Order: sequence, then structure tokens, then C-alpha cells
Amino acid sequence: MKDEILRVKDLRVYYHTPEGPVKAVDGASFAVKEGERFGLVGESGSGKSTAAFAILRLTKPPAFIHGGEVHLGDADLLKLSEADINRMRFSRISLIPQGAMNSLNPVMRIKGQLGDVISTHDKSMGKSAIANRIGDLLEMVGLRRTVANMYPHELSGGMKQRVCIAMAIALQPQVIIADEPTSALDVVTQRQVMETLANVQEMLGASIILVGHDMGLMAQFVDTIGVMYAGRMVEIGSVEQLFSDPQHPYTQMLISSLPSLEIKGKFHGIPGITPSLRRLPPGCNFHPRCPYIMDHCKTDQPELVENVAGRWTACHLVTADGAHELTAQTAPALQTSD
Amino acid sequence: MTALLEARNISKVYTAGSFGKKTSNTALDRMSLLIDEENPSVTVVAGESGSGKTTLAHLLLGVIEPTAGQLLYRGKDMSEMNADEHRVFRREVQAIFQDPFEAYNPFHKVDRVLIKPLRNFGIGGSDRERRQIIAEALEAVGLHPEDTLGRYPHQLSGGQRQRIMVARAMALKPRIIIADEPVSMVDASLRATILESLLRLNKELGISLVYITHDLTTAYQVGDNILVLYRGDVTELGDVDKVIKDPKHPYTHLLVDSIPIANPSHRWGKVGDVLATDDENDIVSDGCKFVGRCVHAMPICSTQRVPTYRTDAHRGVACYLYQESPAMKPEDLPHMMSEVALHNRSNQNGE
Repeated sequence: MKDEILRVKDLRVYYHTPEGPVKAVDGASFAVKEGERFGLVGESGSGKSTAAFAILRLTKPPAFIHGGEVHLGDADLLKLSEADINRMRFSRISLIPQGAMNSLNPVMRIKGQLGDVISTHDKSMGKSAIANRIGDLLEMVGLRRTVANMYPHELSGGMKQRVCIAMAIALQPQVIIADEPTSALDVVTQRQVMETLANVQEMLGASIILVGHDMGLMAQFVDTIGVMYAGRMVEIGSVEQLFSDPQHPYTQMLISSLPSLEIKGKFHGIPGITPSLRRLPPGCNFHPRCPYIMDHCKTDQPELVENVAGRWTACHLVTADGAHELTAQTAPALQTSD
Repeated sequence: MTALLEARNISKVYTAGSFGKKTSNTALDRMSLLIDEENPSVTVVAGESGSGKTTLAHLLLGVIEPTAGQLLYRGKDMSEMNADEHRVFRREVQAIFQDPFEAYNPFHKVDRVLIKPLRNFGIGGSDRERRQIIAEALEAVGLHPEDTLGRYPHQLSGGQRQRIMVARAMALKPRIIIADEPVSMVDASLRATILESLLRLNKELGISLVYITHDLTTAYQVGDNILVLYRGDVTELGDVDKVIKDPKHPYTHLLVDSIPIANPSHRWGKVGDVLATDDENDIVSDGCKFVGRCVHAMPICSTQRVPTYRTDAHRGVACYLYQESPAMKPEDLPHMMSEVALHNRSNQNGE
């Protein structure tokens, strides 16, 4: 059993609005093990990216971190001084932001941008050592060393994204957070970029948190999935468990809504719409769309409990003693509902 | 078979620059397509960015004109239509675009985007009647008219906005809907609902769909037949089941292999080094445009335009690997596609 490298506990990120705080992340907890690939999945507005940014303390007003703990090794990232967290970024934990390829400086050569990351954190390195390191990094992500002398506009989308991966791994972090790293790329390029990410992760032995909405990509890449809905974590489990035996009704419906290449012409959309974070329903956030709604779902918010070892679910149907009423009694209803 | 919308060998070349530094880019190269009036079909145009799929959508909608070749609607060349014919075309061929926000004017309630086209085309005798048509169309796409009408676009979710676009297209009772990536900006849980309402328009109202996408999984779900585009060329076309389940062209093969399938026990293998090239300057002018990335590349591939070989009754592949199969004439291609659609429909009805 590998050790947990990153532990997020009861993370809360709120947005200031004139009508009061909007809870974008409302008590998310999860842990990532050494070398593990963790998928943080959810639809738009679920709070997945907000949570990822809060882990790195990159939250910007009007959002603010209301509470919680983020343990990386011995340190609680949320309690560090600004200087200390700055030192941690890139060196211990790094981010590949969404649309990262647009984050490159268009008037600066690739070597300048990669060199900045290295020299800011390691002032002892000489010029030629840095140049060498840049070349090595580019090779690690499958690019030619000569790419160092190029400008971002000379590179294709996939190449730019790989430069961003090179930047994220420049200081050999223990945790890499990748926020929808391939959302603007074509399928073949997406596959190549994910392969690159997998390769560098293996080389470094780092953990990855892949943030995204694409369940297909999650199935292809991660070991463990955490599903978020309207600011709350609703289910965590291994990718195999989650796809073969989802426990939370939202996860079940999300998975059965995915188009497949096996069955044709059957669509299972999730009825209703994602609630606005300004007007969350009382009780469970999912209850207005849930086919198994019970009376106390409308009043009590279910806690995320570990009902089977390694499987966490926040649903009143799933009780803490391991009994899972949902699959036993109600699963057939899902299949016959169309 | 009567052709409703027909593209005959159309090409679109974009030129840029001036005087000595003129460059040209062939976005779409000699492609043919036919939408049959009697047999409503779902034709998928699949390709990655730069494949020419959006250029094709704009051509079919008459927004841009082809550089070469002919576009016909109801047998009439689109560049020679008179005002009345053009009006009919404008009503009968509707579009749904990728971004469901850009289609709205943020200063007006969504009602306007629904009622204006009805007034324009004189559908419904009075506004009251039109409101009735709108309400029915909204219900058909799974929206409650009372929750939807009277709102501003920003008060609705992306999925709702896109469904209103489907309802708008539907209220006009078109013959063809051209949908360019209609679900790529919509959350996963709503994709299914939107695709379902599109497919219902096809099945129940007999509206033909041209579904343009990069997503082969949804292509497989909704399509009768498919055209796979690569840098302006059709690489493979025919029955969607055949093309996606058993791709023949090396490019289609790579595309299908790269689909992130939502099944953790079927993971991607490694992409070959040859295919990993990102060089965009390796296109030879006349031969196969995929040759630089192809593991099966042969000398002949770079020399001349690849004919489309009919590898089986319902599929054509533009690849020299299949040169033993009979080569198809360009005018045969759309007919084969219509046959596929017809064949699929009679199969479904027989079930």
C-alpha cells in the first residue's frame, strides 16, 4: 500500500457576491497516493477547477478559501506563508492550466520561458546547465531539443501543450495538477499528449490529479476517480469500480449517459439541469434530479462515507455499514426507465 | 431518388497575401455529397481541426461559395437562384452551430430568436399561433415553455440554449438541418438529450441531418453514413457501422483507435512514433495528404490523387492499399451514400 502524498480535507472555496457567499466548493475531501493518477471529474459549475486552484492557493478574488486543509507531505499548503507556498509551486506541486498552450508568452522563446521556471527556484544553476536541462526536458516530452529556440507561434497545439508539460515537470514535483490539459486538442493529439503525460509521470514517480469532464479520458488514464456535483464530492472509487458498479445515482446516470460504441441508438440523458450554485436545493444537491428520492434527501445533506474499503459515497441510499441498498433494490429501475 | 441538396465535386481554396507572396490553402478538395429528398438520412462529416468540415458546413448553407464545382438545391445551382428560390432554401435548410451563446443577441429575450424567423417566413397566421408553434417545438426538445420563454440568454444554461436552437430550427419545418458540432460545448449529461432530440427530428419529422463533428462516438450513435475528412480530402466514406467498427483507411484507423472509450478495461495502446509527427509542412500537393504520418506509406502515395476504391458494397476508401478493389467515379459516391441510408432505414423498419 503506497503512502498518501496529498490529502485534501473539507476544502471550502466560496465566491463573494452581493447576495452572500456562493459555495463553489463545499467541503471536498480526498487523498492522492504516491504515483497515483487521480481524476477529479464533474460538469461545468461542479467546482472541480476551483478545487484544483485552491489546492495550489491560486484562488483569486472574488473567490476565497473559506476553510479546509491541504496536506502535501508534512506541510499544510493553506497555512504556509506566501513565500513558502511560492517555493512549493513547481518544485513540489505544479499545475498544467486549462488551455495551457495559450499561457505561453508569445514574444519569448521557449528556452526563456522554461529557463525562468528553473532559475527562479534554483539560483545556483549556470547558464549552460540550464540550457542542458531545458534540452533534456524537451526530450522527455517527446520534442526536439531545437524547439528551445522557437517561439510559441511556430509550434502546433499539441507541441505547445507538451512544452507546458515540460514546464510543469521542470523541477520534478511530487504532484502535477492537470486541468483539462487536452480540452482544445484533436483526438489523436489528445492521445499523444496524454501518453506524454503518462511517460513523464512514470519517469518522475509523481502523482497526477487530472481535472476534467470527459469520462472517456478518465477511463483511459486515471486509477481513481472523484466525482463532484454542485460543489460537493459525491463519490470516490477506483476507476474500475466506478465504471462497473457506480454507487451514487448521479455517477450512475452520468455513466449511462455516455455514448458508447457498443449499443447504438439508446440515449440516457440526465433529466433536469445542474442547479445554480446561488440557489442550491436544501438537503442533497442532486435530489431534484434523482430518480430514487426519499423524504430525508430533501432535508439532510448526505455525508461522504467510506462504505466499502476505498469507496466513498455521499448518498442516503448507501449506508455506512457497507450495505448498498441502491444496487440491490433499485438498479433494475434504472434499466427499465427508458 | 430525388436530390434535395447536392454537392458536385466542390472545392474551396482560400488565398491569402498579395502580389508576390500569395499563398493558397485548399480547405476542401473535390468533394461530393447528396441529400435525398425521399429518404431522410443522417450524414456524418467527421474530421479534426483543419479537415475542412466547417468549410463544408458553410458551403452547404450557402454562406460561402465554392471555388470550383457545383452546389445544387432542388436541382438548381445555388449561385443562380432567384430571390424566391433563395428564400425557400433559407427556410428549408437550417443550421445549428457549435456555440449556443454566440447565436443569441444578449439584449433580447430568447423569445425573439424563436419568433422572428417564423414571422420572416410567414409561418403561422398570428403571433398567438406562432407562440403555439414555439411552445410545441420547445416541448419537443424537452424544455418547458413557461420556464424558457421570457428569459434572457444568460439566464439559461448552455444545454438549454442549444436546445432552443434545435427548437428554432425545428419550428421552421426545414428539410435539412446542418449541425456543426452541436454538442461539443455542452456537458456530458446533456449531450445525450440534445442528440436524442435531433435524431427524433429525423425519425419523426423526416428532416435530413448533416452532423458535423470530431467525435466519432456520437457520430456512430446518430449516423447512417459517414464521410471522414483529412485536410480537405475524403479518406473514407460509407456505412457508419462499417467505417467505425472496421476502419480501413490508416487515418480512420488512427482516429478510431484514439477515441477515449469510457471503459477502463479497454485502454489505448502506444501511438507509433511515425504517427506522432506534428510537422504540418509535409503535405505533398497531389497525392495522399496523410502520407507523412502513415505507417503503410508507399512511393505511389505521393505521386497522384488517390481514387476511392469500393472495398465493399457500402464503403469507399481513398487509399492505395485497396487498389485491387474497383475504383469509384466521383458521381458514384453520393449514390452509394444514399443507398446506405436507404438500406439502414429498411433494416430498421424490418426489425
